[in-house]
Amino acid sequence: MTAPAAPEVLGWWGVPLAILAGMMRGGTPFLFVSLGECITEKSGKINLGLEGTLLTGAMSAYAISYLTGSPWLGVLAAGVSGVGLGLIHGWLSQQPRVNDVAVGIAMIIFGSGIAFFLGKPFIQPSAPPLPTIHLGDWSSIPAVQAALAISPLFVLGVAIAPLLKWFFQSTRWGLFIRAVGDSPDAAKAMGISIFNVRMLSVVAGSFLAGIGGASLSLYYPGVWTERISSGQGLMAVALVIFAKWNPMQCLWASLLFGGAQALGPALQSVGIKEGYYLFNAAPYILTLLIMILTCSPKRTLTGVPGALGTDN
Amino acid sequence: MSSKKYLNLSRRQVIRGLLATTAFGATAKFGTGCTPSAQTTAGAGGASPAAGGDEPMTVGFIYVGPKDDYGYNQAHAEGAKAIADKFSWIKLVEEASVPETTAVAESMRSMIDIDGAKVLFPTSFGYFDPHILKMAAEYPDVQFFHCAGLYKEGVHPKNIGSYFGYIDEAQYVAGVTAALTSKTAKLGFVGAKPIPQVLRNINSFTLGARSVKPEATTQVIFTGDWALPLKEAEAVNSMADQGIEVVTCHVDSPKVVMETAEKRNMFCTGYHANQVALAPKGYLTGAEWDWTSVYTRLMEDIKAGKSVQSGGIPHILRGGLKDGFCKMSAYGAAVPAEAKQAADAAKAKFMDGSMVIYKGGLKDNQGKEVIPTGGDLKQQDIKLEEMNYLVEGVIGS
Repeated sequence: MTAPAAPEVLGWWGVPLAILAGMMRGGTPFLFVSLGECITEKSGKINLGLEGTLLTGAMSAYAISYLTGSPWLGVLAAGVSGVGLGLIHGWLSQQPRVNDVAVGIAMIIFGSGIAFFLGKPFIQPSAPPLPTIHLGDWSSIPAVQAALAISPLFVLGVAIAPLLKWFFQSTRWGLFIRAVGDSPDAAKAMGISIFNVRMLSVVAGSFLAGIGGASLSLYYPGVWTERISSGQGLMAVALVIFAKWNPMQCLWASLLFGGAQALGPALQSVGIKEGYYLFNAAPYILTLLIMILTCSPKRTLTGVPGALGTDN
Repeated sequence: MSSKKYLNLSRRQVIRGLLATTAFGATAKFGTGCTPSAQTTAGAGGASPAAGGDEPMTVGFIYVGPKDDYGYNQAHAEGAKAIADKFSWIKLVEEASVPETTAVAESMRSMIDIDGAKVLFPTSFGYFDPHILKMAAEYPDVQFFHCAGLYKEGVHPKNIGSYFGYIDEAQYVAGVTAALTSKTAKLGFVGAKPIPQVLRNINSFTLGARSVKPEATTQVIFTGDWALPLKEAEAVNSMADQGIEVVTCHVDSPKVVMETAEKRNMFCTGYHANQVALAPKGYLTGAEWDWTSVYTRLMEDIKAGKSVQSGGIPHILRGGLKDGFCKMSAYGAAVPAEAKQAADAAKAKFMDGSMVIYKGGLKDNQGKEVIPTGGDLKQQDIKLEEMNYLVEGVIGS
């Protein structure tokens, strides 16, 4: 069927464009949560509670942005709320004989519960969203302009990834975190406080995850509802594993996931009718596939912090 | 002393056992202890509604999501608030965000036992089987009204009433408005799941559009679930990229769809509730539920002593625009006079009952005839509630 060729009709080009746009729009929360989890896990602790942190961050950002009229204050509030949850997790998970995975699951429930409870009055109002950076103004095609209207948070996340890599590789503080994560006994011998380092790592990770939540509620999709995260926090935690605890690979993996989320709707819009449930499941299938590809019974994962998930 | 027999148990073990028993009793809410006594009070109260007067009556509403989601739940909550404001003898108890699990059974039970509710409106589709069915059997004096067409005469308990509206009539009118406002008549529909109610809305929207512009098409995108904000936003963005001009939806909360459409300079038509505040530029009109009128009528009947179990209130209440089950949002600024005229004409035909949406000879989008020639299907026709096709002009499956 040939529609009157309006300039804005993209046809099949819409699919790669949607994936590209999805990478930047949908990938941002993945990026922040996975970078945050990367810091946390490097220190030898797991924080599954980032799903709850993501929701609390999304709620606080939306609420503060609505109440003060300043989305940037909202972003800050999201980070601070993340710090709050991080402090709880960091303290609880380091108590003797406390399992950090179990605490994490409790924190998912606590974080989402508190977000739902405090977020009730903010479902209906519209909060001012974050401004976007228009990289697509050179193009006369509105679709391209819309796809390239990227969030400053995305730029921030992309900048943090290499910074974090440098931090782990070349700084003294990065070394502390790695030492605590790989060999707590050696770290202790070096005179580092394991408790403090892990606490700071968990808190920093939660701070980033909270900002990831702000990107959900203040940029894309730009609303606060109870279903806003739909498991993205947990997926981002899994994503750290196949990014092999490498911040740069977290970046690529987040982009991949963001793009995969856009695949289902984009294919339907160009008339691919069959199997949209399958395409909608693309991010999850991708998770499984990469897990299978990167796991081998013969060797352990490279890059895994030595003390991750152990009791000391 | 019987404890002598258990002397080999340590004190700690005994205390543990006592604690465990208490905890179990608490979680089970002393179920056996409470239920019979509640039934007697319900039985005693069963006669009182007929007595009339200004005796207060407790009415319970249960929603599956938040009450102000610009969507399905808000539409019901507005109706609940309206009857509570209107009738001073109604004491309203509400619970929001109740999942479609045994949680809803517990909510119903506590509304009946603790708050003394005589009439319950558990509004979500999935509450019905098995939760409402079980509760209705257990509390035969309480009237349950469920929003959907699931009630079966003779099979289900007598104290259940079901009500549902032909909101696809409003979608038809929205389709007329959308087609005439757009230049190319390329429309879009974000659906949650391909179930009959959603398909019927898509089809009526499309048939409305094609009744005024035969070349009109509706691109459908299914997201896969009732509330997936991210997928809904992606769907609208992909539609914008494909040059679709007007978008509407059938998801639990249309907020994301409306706001994204507004951002992409598209037109939109609303669903469930009025969403003009979310898209002041692009909002054309919308298909809204009008539960206020339905609930008012029901409560007036109940006050007059009628009940669903005695047959005074019909078990199945249905209606469309004409019966006040749904309504249209006011036209937005972008709607041209010609579109308003055509939409008003379509609405007038619904109001006098002469409109038939599903006419004989209708083809689906595979070219197959789904309604035989000459076999017009009226809105009330039960065949329409088993719809499993998309009509000609819909792109998608």
